[in-house]
Amino acid sequence: MSSDTAEHVRRRAHRVSGEPAAREAHGVPPSGSGAEQVLDLRDLSVQYTRRGRIASAVGGVSLTIAERESVALVGESGSGKSSIARAVLGLLGQRARVAGSVRLGGEDLLAVGDRAARRLRGRDVGYVPQDPGGSLDPLRRVLDQVVEPLRVHRIGDPRDHRDRALQALRDAGLQDAEALAGRRPHELSGGQRQRVLIAAAIVTEPRLIIADEPTSALDVTVQRGILDRIGELTASHGTALLLITHDLAIAADRTDRTLALRRGSVVDEGPSRRLLSSPEHPYTRALVEAIPGRSRTLEAIHPPVPEAGAPPLVHIEGAAKSFGGRRDPVHALRPTDLQVRPGDSVGIAGESGSGKTTLARILLGLTSPDTGEVKVSGRPVSRGDRAIRRVVQPVFQNPHSSFDPARTVGWSVLEPVRALTPRSRAGRPELLHSLFTDVGLDPSLAARRPDELSGGQLQRVAIARALSVEPQVLVCDEAVSALDVTVQAQILALLARLQRERHLALVFITHDLGVLQQVCRDVLVMRRGEVLERGRTSDVFSAPRTPYTRELIAAIPGREGDAEGD
Amino acid sequence: MLRYVLRRLGQAVVVLWGAITLSFVIVQLTPGDPARLIVMGNGQGDAGAADASQLAQIRDEMGLDQPLVLQYLGYLRRVLTLDWGTAYSRQRQAVATVIGDSLGSTLELGLVSLVLLVLLGVAFALGSVLLPTAWARSTFQAVTVVGIAVPSFVMAILLLQIFSFRLGWFPAFGADGPGSIVLPSLTIALLGAGTLGQVFSRSIREVSAEGYVEVARARGLGNAQVVLSHVLRNASLPVYTIIGMLVGGVVSGAAIIETIFGRPGIGNLYVEAVTARDFPLIQALIVLTGGLYVLVTLVVDLSYPLIDPRVVSPAARGGRR
Repeated sequence: MSSDTAEHVRRRAHRVSGEPAAREAHGVPPSGSGAEQVLDLRDLSVQYTRRGRIASAVGGVSLTIAERESVALVGESGSGKSSIARAVLGLLGQRARVAGSVRLGGEDLLAVGDRAARRLRGRDVGYVPQDPGGSLDPLRRVLDQVVEPLRVHRIGDPRDHRDRALQALRDAGLQDAEALAGRRPHELSGGQRQRVLIAAAIVTEPRLIIADEPTSALDVTVQRGILDRIGELTASHGTALLLITHDLAIAADRTDRTLALRRGSVVDEGPSRRLLSSPEHPYTRALVEAIPGRSRTLEAIHPPVPEAGAPPLVHIEGAAKSFGGRRDPVHALRPTDLQVRPGDSVGIAGESGSGKTTLARILLGLTSPDTGEVKVSGRPVSRGDRAIRRVVQPVFQNPHSSFDPARTVGWSVLEPVRALTPRSRAGRPELLHSLFTDVGLDPSLAARRPDELSGGQLQRVAIARALSVEPQVLVCDEAVSALDVTVQAQILALLARLQRERHLALVFITHDLGVLQQVCRDVLVMRRGEVLERGRTSDVFSAPRTPYTRELIAAIPGREGDAEGD
Repeated sequence: MLRYVLRRLGQAVVVLWGAITLSFVIVQLTPGDPARLIVMGNGQGDAGAADASQLAQIRDEMGLDQPLVLQYLGYLRRVLTLDWGTAYSRQRQAVATVIGDSLGSTLELGLVSLVLLVLLGVAFALGSVLLPTAWARSTFQAVTVVGIAVPSFVMAILLLQIFSFRLGWFPAFGADGPGSIVLPSLTIALLGAGTLGQVFSRSIREVSAEGYVEVARARGLGNAQVVLSHVLRNASLPVYTIIGMLVGGVVSGAAIIETIFGRPGIGNLYVEAVTARDFPLIQALIVLTGGLYVLVTLVVDLSYPLIDPRVVSPAARGGRR
């Protein structure tokens, strides 16, 4: 125990001074590169065995992170980036076989045995997970969860634990730490939860922080705050950072060095800025291409000009909706007008609680507004009126949960057809075939079940399902937010093509302005149930009228680099 | 919070009212003249020979000669004032006395069974999830399936054969001495323990895959620490909600088990009352067991927010549940 305490004091002292001299004075020789290697992966490979078959997830990756250095692992899903992080964190489970070495501060985690490795990890590695919603124990108070790493590893004096946890919460950007400490996770917002997780990751003053897509579940402005916080903390404490992301723009903004992973191997490596600004490897280039706002594939998209004078397909006037009791209602949507004409492409941008989803549900006829009028093809709609479904069809965010897992996807695609035109059974196989071809899928995939398809494939199937009744309006509610950037770009290009070919009107609901910028001709910016700003997308982006819109635009990752480059 | 309490109380009142009404309707739906049935059931054989004055007395006491609405209102009033009437099959003792005599023995059996049930169920669940080898885990799982699949009378006979007739550890019949409660309560407990074990082990598996469990592992908690400080508490939530259901099972289980083991008690009384068509006694028993079920459910519901504050939080609505 006493040696632990000494070690702890040494690390603190060294962090406070931050000078290499302090390190030498304590007998730690400086390494050849001039900085101590916090993490040193040599030839790491990870294999999973499932039903007797062996699948390789990581094949011989080597990687070092020095003190104060921040490194990003970038790649599509299935590239092995998370497996590497999980190998370091010891989360791979019993089905995985790990080979190579994972040295943390000089000790090989794979060789020292479970107990010792756990101890090293708990003290020296802080983990910021992807999903702040599910990563806090719902039954335990915030303080308890931040103190946990200190208590479990008996770090410092137990009497100081509370103060250290409160300090960590403040460091993580929660100024009212005292008040929040006694709450439970369900009483916090998504951004606050992620800050609590950051606090729990930094409370032991680890040498390395591993952040696995720490912001992909958060609103853009919150996202920026969280990434800023992680950046400041690692800089001020000299902590090394391993950031895992699918978005090269985020990697470029936030890290020194980036490794591009593909199918378990490093295919490209270099300073993060350079990888973004002048990618050489084709794979890196593809990753850059896919970033909204940078992509050439997407630049080619020119939203069509709507037919002037055509009667609106959807006409919403003064629609408002509130929830909760009469005494203290939550105004989800204040009176709002929206018209969608043939060929329109309207983007609705806003964060959670902005009312964008309520507006989408009204558009889809899933919710009826408290006041105001909704007309589809000139006819007023009432709730439960299924005729609206022939005109307006949805594509939802999570393709995995919007399909019946027990049915083939082909069955699901034809479900709207069966429901709306039950009599005409002829021609259905042909319809299925043409729908699948249209969305760029092999028609033979129709016989698969949802869990046998990738997220991108499923989202294509979801689009095919929406198109099956030949609607005139497609409402895409965060339809690409759950996808990797490369897949996202493909889906956006597909939607743009379908819009041209089928003269569809698109309504695009998202928190990601970068996406809207490329596929939408008009944009509405919403906040707290109100439309703050609306206009041509190009006008809104070049001259945003409200500070909030400016903030949203500034939060798009990768823009800092543009400013530097210009 | 207040709204939550009021809503639960309201639901409890509605369910209780339903049980009372059902117990009233049952008498009306029985084909034939209830008074005659009571006399017949009372072992006096041919109702034709029944004393007309006896029939008239029963009709008068139960209000059977009044219009239906008045009968119902009168019945409600009697139930609310706890005036249960006469148990005709029990030498015309008051129903309350008859039930009171049997209640103690059944409560004893029920409580012992419930405690055993929870202990066994938790043991099954922990064993089938946490044991180190897959072989040991599936053995435990198999035991829980047996608990659910084997009917209670078969289980009772099995236990009697082994522990009473062959080994002679416990008495086979009656309610004398502490040993006599072991086999009946074990029989009842094994049935519910299977269900509880399945629900709990499933819940443990689900919770083990949650993000916060993974985060705890990443913080360097060992397996035992993760289970003790995160998994068990969260996994026990669904178990808690089925306890009301299990109590209902214990009550209906008691009816069969008391008969098999020849124990006096509510279950035995139930069977006798039905055989003798002693309507006042049957009605009182229906309301009693219904009330017990409502009470347990209410206690579970009202104490649930103490364990999981999310259920009463407006912020959590539309979230996980």
